[in-house]
Amino acid sequence: MSFVVVVKEECATCQLVVPVIEHLLSTSNIEIYCQDNPDFPPEMPVVNDTELAYSWRMNIETVPTLIRFDQTGVEQDRIVGWDKTEWRRIVEEAIDVELPDFDLPGFRPGCGSRTQDPGMPSILAAKYDREKLQSRALTIAEQEDEMEACFDRGWSDGLPVVPPTPERVMRMLTGTHRASDEIVGVVPPDLIECTIEKIAINAVLAGCKPEYLPVVITAVEAALQDEFCMHGLLATTYFSGPMIIVNGPMSRAIGMNSKGNVLGQGNRANATIGRALQLVIRNVGGGKPGGVDRSVFGNPGKYTYCFAEDETNSCWESLAVEKGFADTASTVTLFAADGMQGIVDQKSRDPESLCRSFAAALRVVGHPKMVLAADAILVVSPEHERVYRLAGWSKQDVKDRLKALLMIEGSELIAGAGGIAEGLPAKFADAQLPKFREGGFNIVRAGGSAGMFSAIIAGWGASGSIGSVPVTREIK
Amino acid sequence: MTTFMDPTSERSPENLQPLPRPTDLTGKTVGLLDISKPRGDIFINRLEDLLIQKGINTKRYKKPTFTRVAPLELKQQIAEECDVVIESLAD
Repeated sequence: MSFVVVVKEECATCQLVVPVIEHLLSTSNIEIYCQDNPDFPPEMPVVNDTELAYSWRMNIETVPTLIRFDQTGVEQDRIVGWDKTEWRRIVEEAIDVELPDFDLPGFRPGCGSRTQDPGMPSILAAKYDREKLQSRALTIAEQEDEMEACFDRGWSDGLPVVPPTPERVMRMLTGTHRASDEIVGVVPPDLIECTIEKIAINAVLAGCKPEYLPVVITAVEAALQDEFCMHGLLATTYFSGPMIIVNGPMSRAIGMNSKGNVLGQGNRANATIGRALQLVIRNVGGGKPGGVDRSVFGNPGKYTYCFAEDETNSCWESLAVEKGFADTASTVTLFAADGMQGIVDQKSRDPESLCRSFAAALRVVGHPKMVLAADAILVVSPEHERVYRLAGWSKQDVKDRLKALLMIEGSELIAGAGGIAEGLPAKFADAQLPKFREGGFNIVRAGGSAGMFSAIIAGWGASGSIGSVPVTREIK
Repeated sequence: MTTFMDPTSERSPENLQPLPRPTDLTGKTVGLLDISKPRGDIFINRLEDLLIQKGINTKRYKKPTFTRVAPLELKQQIAEECDVVIESLAD
């Protein structure tokens, strides 16, 4: 039976318990670890733990901490701070000697262990838990500029990245409870098994906070589902890239933007989560422009394309709820997206008129004659949603009306119609065809509170079973 | 000295050398792989006509969709049945 006590001189409660420690030293087997002064308590045999190796390994969060071990060295009991009753119990159970009163108060809370100082956990994790990281550690010469070193190694999307030091990676990994060596999927085009650790390193590069990591991990998982077809989406000559829509309480907890400038710059979570996904494809999968990425134009969203649906005070079900998730669940939806096309309608005050505006604008996705090819997401602003709210239209009502308005006469779609060579084979001349495949058109509500605008985010020309299907997954 | 954790797959690509091109197709079987892009069949049909005129054996194959890599079984089948394969990319 033995004891360990961990103290720091700076802590008043540690000062208070010095007579007790002295007593234990004379009556039992006790080791004293001090975090800030190897000569505290004075004139006692103290183990110098100013490097915090022992405190970190023993997961000390408060000082003083008293730990009791059995003969085999297995921890039996632990108390933090000073609690006279508890200290007595733990000591008397162990050595059958009554602890004197020492004229001490009954209770004093302890102080924070130095292992918990701001920034310290990630420093100590990098120092003492480095073996948990499987990735290759690269040494950067002193003469190298850290930012340029990342560019030189090809890790950047063109903008500066945050250098992925072990401290930053360990700190990022505190954002998830999942094991760093867990494999979440196989990343195209090189078909590389991707671990949580590799996602965390790329999340560091992207500028994420640890609290964003679960969203990034889920986005990567969703992108790697077969039905999302990330390989084809990367390789295509088309405009598209992966876009992330976040739903549920986590989007609000991490401060994502779902309101003004929702598809623009300025919000760290929106900006870095989307970027992290792209960096995983680039760095882990090896997917780079000019390599397997054969896009003719790309789109600005291929730097980052991520936003949250505005679920506050919406009269509509969120995208996640439509997909069958509870409104308390947090989800990501991956969509193979082109850039954004605005719709301006400042005069419609009835839902039919506004639907006709939307339908006319949606008709041109891909090409006015292109049907059953690209999916689309319509991002409806609060002022446009208000038109439907006042008329009592659900999101499904809007979808149903748009579906009817987007049934197009084949005579308008065939090659040569309107003097345009592009188009469907002549055999479709007498048919009536829907613009979008079943399930290929979705609506979310987001954007600033002023402005009767909405936005079309068109999808990749290859949708459904031949291409990409939007994938929604719960963040866990 | 600064240390960075490697964000990449840590693999260097293997440089595979293409098989030597046949100098003559006589007696060989040529696989014609349509990747399912629109009008790829027009190109493949024309190639097949030209090959048949020269008395060369052909076999036709088709990927389920151009957006995904060919299924392993299809690649194995082509490798087993053909000496040469021509893949068409069209739009």
